[in-house]
Amino acid sequence: MTAVPLQPPRRLVTFTLDGEETRVPEGSTILDACRSAGRDVPTLCQGDTLTPKNACRVCVVEVEGARTLAPACSRRAEPGMTVRTDTERARHSRKVVLELLASSTDLSTTPRAAEWIEEYEAEPDRFGTDAARVDEQPKVDNDLYVRDYDKCILCYKCVDACGEQWQNTFAIAVSGRGFDARISTEHDAALPDSACVFCGNCIEVCPTGALSFSSEFGMRAAGTWDETAQTRTTTVCAYCGVGCNVTLHVQDNEIVKVTSPHDNPVTHGNLCIKGRFGFQHVQNRD
Amino acid sequence: MDLRYTDAVPTDAEREAVDALLGPPPSGWEGAAERTDKDLRWARGGAAAAKDRRDQLLPALHAVNDRVGWISEGALNHICRRLTVAPAEAYGVATFYSLLSVRPRPAKVLHVCTDLACAARGSAAVCADLTERLGAPGTPAEGAVWQESPCLGLCERAPAALLLQAGTDPADTAPLPPPAPAAGPVRCSAVVAPATAPGLVTAVRAPLEAPVEPPAAAAVPQAGDPALVLLRRIGTVDPASLDDYRSTGGYTALRHAFKLGPAGVIREVLDAGLVGRGGAAFPTGRKWQATAQQADGPHYLVCNADESEPGTFKDRVLMEGDPYALVEAMTIAGYAVGARQGYIYLRGEYPRAYERLDHALRGARTRGLLGPDVLGQGYAFDIEIRRGAGAYICGEETAIFNSIEGQRGEPRSKPPFPVEKGLFGKPTAVNNVETLVNVLPILERGAVAYAATGTETSTGTKLFCVSGQVDRPGVYELPFGASLRELLDLAGPPERLRAVLLGGAAGGFVRPDELDVPLTFEGTRAAGTTLGSGVVLVLDDSVELPRILLRIAEFFRDESCGQCVPCRVGTVRQEEALHRIVDRTGAAAAQDIALMREVGQAMRDASICGLGQTAWNAVESAIDRLGVYR
Repeated sequence: MTAVPLQPPRRLVTFTLDGEETRVPEGSTILDACRSAGRDVPTLCQGDTLTPKNACRVCVVEVEGARTLAPACSRRAEPGMTVRTDTERARHSRKVVLELLASSTDLSTTPRAAEWIEEYEAEPDRFGTDAARVDEQPKVDNDLYVRDYDKCILCYKCVDACGEQWQNTFAIAVSGRGFDARISTEHDAALPDSACVFCGNCIEVCPTGALSFSSEFGMRAAGTWDETAQTRTTTVCAYCGVGCNVTLHVQDNEIVKVTSPHDNPVTHGNLCIKGRFGFQHVQNRD
Repeated sequence: MDLRYTDAVPTDAEREAVDALLGPPPSGWEGAAERTDKDLRWARGGAAAAKDRRDQLLPALHAVNDRVGWISEGALNHICRRLTVAPAEAYGVATFYSLLSVRPRPAKVLHVCTDLACAARGSAAVCADLTERLGAPGTPAEGAVWQESPCLGLCERAPAALLLQAGTDPADTAPLPPPAPAAGPVRCSAVVAPATAPGLVTAVRAPLEAPVEPPAAAAVPQAGDPALVLLRRIGTVDPASLDDYRSTGGYTALRHAFKLGPAGVIREVLDAGLVGRGGAAFPTGRKWQATAQQADGPHYLVCNADESEPGTFKDRVLMEGDPYALVEAMTIAGYAVGARQGYIYLRGEYPRAYERLDHALRGARTRGLLGPDVLGQGYAFDIEIRRGAGAYICGEETAIFNSIEGQRGEPRSKPPFPVEKGLFGKPTAVNNVETLVNVLPILERGAVAYAATGTETSTGTKLFCVSGQVDRPGVYELPFGASLRELLDLAGPPERLRAVLLGGAAGGFVRPDELDVPLTFEGTRAAGTTLGSGVVLVLDDSVELPRILLRIAEFFRDESCGQCVPCRVGTVRQEEALHRIVDRTGAAAAQDIALMREVGQAMRDASICGLGQTAWNAVESAIDRLGVYR
């Protein structure tokens, strides 16, 4: 178990959530309140270690008196607010957003996407066979990880993790605009020619599988990727004295990828190139 | 921050262009041609230094684009070294704006407007003719390249085109006699409106010899009418003369403001009932009061001059015809909200407005009307112009902040609102040009006299941009409460009126039997439409409405910033559906109309900003009010 430092006490805010009076610590978002009340609100771009960008809009809820719907992930609960999470209007927007995403990108490796598409009765096919798609080929330009932007929903999490929120490397940014906006390095250079330091923290936060370990990408292509057959073991990285936690994902006695626990107060899920990708020596059996 | 650059180096011209803006680089760390021994003994930069200079990114990108015509990898590297900006981020910013290019292109770029007003006045024919003479859009010919453009704000002279030529700034060689043609290309711009293909080809060949633009007053059919308030100086005074401005009552409002004090000015504006003219109609006095009350500082004032709504050109006419009025009004607004620095965020497609405003700012500074001690009252205030670079979304108040700060012009989510956290994260009042200029009559004549014009909740006068099939297109000023019919009668309506688009691409259509709608905020709201920014685009029955709707959908798809899903993908799906039904009616169109309604509702409810929220308005009103696919 990881030690979690206690936060200073915060005042409580009272507001109405789906007709019930709810008290949450000041500064909590509507999503925090929903989750602590055990209510399921779908989210795609929200991340537990990053400031919400509220770009995907699947978590929208109805706030009484507001002209538009509000993103639950970033709108803070205010005293006296009346919020409804499951109105027809909110459900309609979620349904259409899921349809728009699923019709333009590949959500096959996005956790829970299929479940929500069913729950909200979304029909991504109804825009017809000619509906514009992102249509990107996977970018395989190094041995460590693959960028498959056909699966990218432009949630900005990799940009934030690479930039000022965690890594401070600023190797990637959003380029272009509108439907042509893409995550990109400068002048669209290959990763080894860019500022990328291969920490893999962008893979850690990617919610759709657009960024994945080469090992995972290869196994998926070969049809051998099987998460149910994998074990996860959290241990301490042996490379230096910082003592970051690494979680080894093992399938058929081979490490297939490495993640890091987000609730670790030192690393918050971040690693360096060695902790993230330097696992080959463990399974070198010669 | 550990920045990494590629090996690409800037050309001399690119280096000069950037260094002319930022001054010579002090050391090798910042991109000087050579590193000295001394440079190796200290390090500089870091996040703090980068933050301080990041707002120079867009001006630096402009500097290279203006000099060379496009931004190479080496130029981008140099800019990033000078400003401590990550190259990937600078690339993301450079590719956001449509006037900037990161691919090689000729120095001359001709933008041919194909937006609503120009489409209604035959831009398609001009483009077809131009394709024959110069080749397809995007293919270089005669040292130039032409492309289709969203609204250029020249709707009264539609169809319109704007030629921008990269080169050296004529101001660089100003002390010398006129630059010799042999000295190389000189930066210039030429407006050709109304445009014909032969005229455009001539302008492309010799931009400096293109016919001179008519004065701003040509866009004001009522010019000289003593009843005018906001337009009263246009056509009667020389916009370049501060003395003319002062002799016609200029700067009496500012003197009065100093007598009233900041709180007194806000009280007058509140009492006058002034509401924002940019489209949202928010009470200006309340915005100023909320900004002035913030404990955090400094406070900023931003003038939103990014007039990009298709069919809108009133702010351009005001800035070109009466630039000192905006300077004086901003000084008063800055004084009221406690700002020492004001920014005019001017759209990049308005070269003449830039020139006139720049001239006015220099004039005001020389005469002590801007600077450390305005009018000897101990109030320090100055104004800087920041040019946009071709992005409609940058007219959104929070997108302006990102653009000025050197970020991609993506809107921020609200709350927090600008009055609390705006430009550079500080309290900021953002006002549209027309709104600000209204402050002058309020202070000159008093709140009561001002509020006597118009109706109870829409006080004062309003500028309307009338374009399309009318005899006298232009900017009209009428007291609030006049009807659409009265306005059209002034402009000379067509014989067979089909519809009027009110409020622009984000507004709605009005039928010929609805012309008695009063032109007030409450009146248009009651009629289920909006005044928006004052667009009155008149269409007769020669116009194919489905094509106009397609153009509106294309506009929103092009201009979506791409940040949120409902807008990024929704605008694409809307355009696709309109393409499918462009020649269909009735049952054949019903399914796609139902689809658009569903997508439209989600865009309106779930988009981050007004662009996505309004992208379905005009199409919906054309379907419901005009029965366009029936």
